[in-house]
Amino acid sequence: MFRNQYDTDVTTWSPAGRLFQVEYAMEAVKQGSAAIGLRSATHIVLATVNKATSELSSHQKKIFKVDDHIGVAIAGLTADGRVLSRYLRNECINHSFVYESPLPISRLVVQLADKAQVCTQRSWKRPYGVGLLVAGLDETGAHLYYNCPSGNYFEYQAFAIGSRSQAAKTYLERRFDNFNKYSREELIKDGLFAIKETLQGEKLTSAICTVAIVGVGEPFHIINQQAIEQVIQSLDIVEDAQVEAAAAESASEEPSAAQEPAAPAPMDL
Amino acid sequence: MALRGDWVYENNGGTCVAIAGSDYCVVAADTRLSVGYSIYTRDYSKICKLADKCVLASSGFQGDMKALQKNLSAKHLIYQHQHNKQMSCPAMARLLSNTLYYKRFFPYYTFNILGGLDNEGKGCVYSYDAVGSYERVGYSCQGTGGALIMPVLDNQLKSPSPLLLPSRDAVTPLSESEAVDLVKDVFASATERDIYTGDKLEIIVVNATGIRQEFLDLRKD
Repeated sequence: MFRNQYDTDVTTWSPAGRLFQVEYAMEAVKQGSAAIGLRSATHIVLATVNKATSELSSHQKKIFKVDDHIGVAIAGLTADGRVLSRYLRNECINHSFVYESPLPISRLVVQLADKAQVCTQRSWKRPYGVGLLVAGLDETGAHLYYNCPSGNYFEYQAFAIGSRSQAAKTYLERRFDNFNKYSREELIKDGLFAIKETLQGEKLTSAICTVAIVGVGEPFHIINQQAIEQVIQSLDIVEDAQVEAAAAESASEEPSAAQEPAAPAPMDL
Repeated sequence: MALRGDWVYENNGGTCVAIAGSDYCVVAADTRLSVGYSIYTRDYSKICKLADKCVLASSGFQGDMKALQKNLSAKHLIYQHQHNKQMSCPAMARLLSNTLYYKRFFPYYTFNILGGLDNEGKGCVYSYDAVGSYERVGYSCQGTGGALIMPVLDNQLKSPSPLLLPSRDAVTPLSESEAVDLVKDVFASATERDIYTGDKLEIIVVNATGIRQEFLDLRKD
């Protein structure tokens, strides 16, 4: 995307019918560290990569509990995400106060989308620079939504946002057909695998990611680090076995491997 | 009073009692809801769990009691989101006082007792008037049977005067089961003479292991 004369105001259309400021806001989401979500029939798992600006600092909080039955993971401008989480929490509390029942997630995401849309149609505002993966339960079951700065929202079986999310999306696309039948543990495992894809080489440890889950009979909560570390250990055992099997195969395919373009460099194979 | 066209309150009767111990707190209230000389229901709880270690009992106008409980629960939820922990009993006590005074010129017609464990795990009881004046005490009772019960508690629990120096612990040396028995006794006595108290007694005990609930039948006349 290049600068042009129609991108100064959010209230200016381009001749092609685009609002560039809104699209630029969606770029901000792509710059944030990765967040993924995936759901089965009864549970939804959210996982994020903990990126710290330096070794001295702590990482930013990217998963927020909104209510017992709803949680969000964000990517992009975390400050915008924090403010929107406060709005979501307030809406849930107000609904519970008046109706003494949990706010259905489908209503919440519409309210959030409408709030985002307002910022795309006021000259004195700017769009929110954060994408939200909203996970929640209601009477109709488990749901995962993605709300973007444009004011659009979509429901997903699984999704990934933020930097290097394409790798996670590819992984999830291969496997999502079976997600509905997954148990809670299988869902967490696949969530961690998806996060692993976004790390591209970096070692997956429980310190580098945050995982949260919500499900039938299980209020939204962030899974503690030790439990995640144990799941990661079990993944490594499975993975090593798979890598050995793959190594045995690729030993007979050396010539074709050398022709691969892009990273990694040929010396790394 | 109800003859005035603009009288918006109602007294639904009932009595609440709370006693603080060294590591527990007993909060009890009867379950009768009445208006005038009629009983609306024999099974209405006046006690609300606000936090892990904090329980509110209110007598007076139950419409306002329900609204006050919901108000405090919502505020507690916001606190939990912001602080990542439950509210302590002293914090809730101040919040309740501020919430009541907020409506100083159209008060919640509720006479509240807040019971629970303080930050050190000792029992605490806070007693309120309708507009938020509160005090931490070793025991308290509110409601239509309050005047009948208070002198008995004074006699049995011998709470030291808060004016004494050095300040004495207000919590009773009684054990948890002794305090529960005392509560049952005073309610049985109050039920005899107070027409608005009776039917069933709900007892909540807050201690380090959590919150326990007990019921006792009272006279239904």
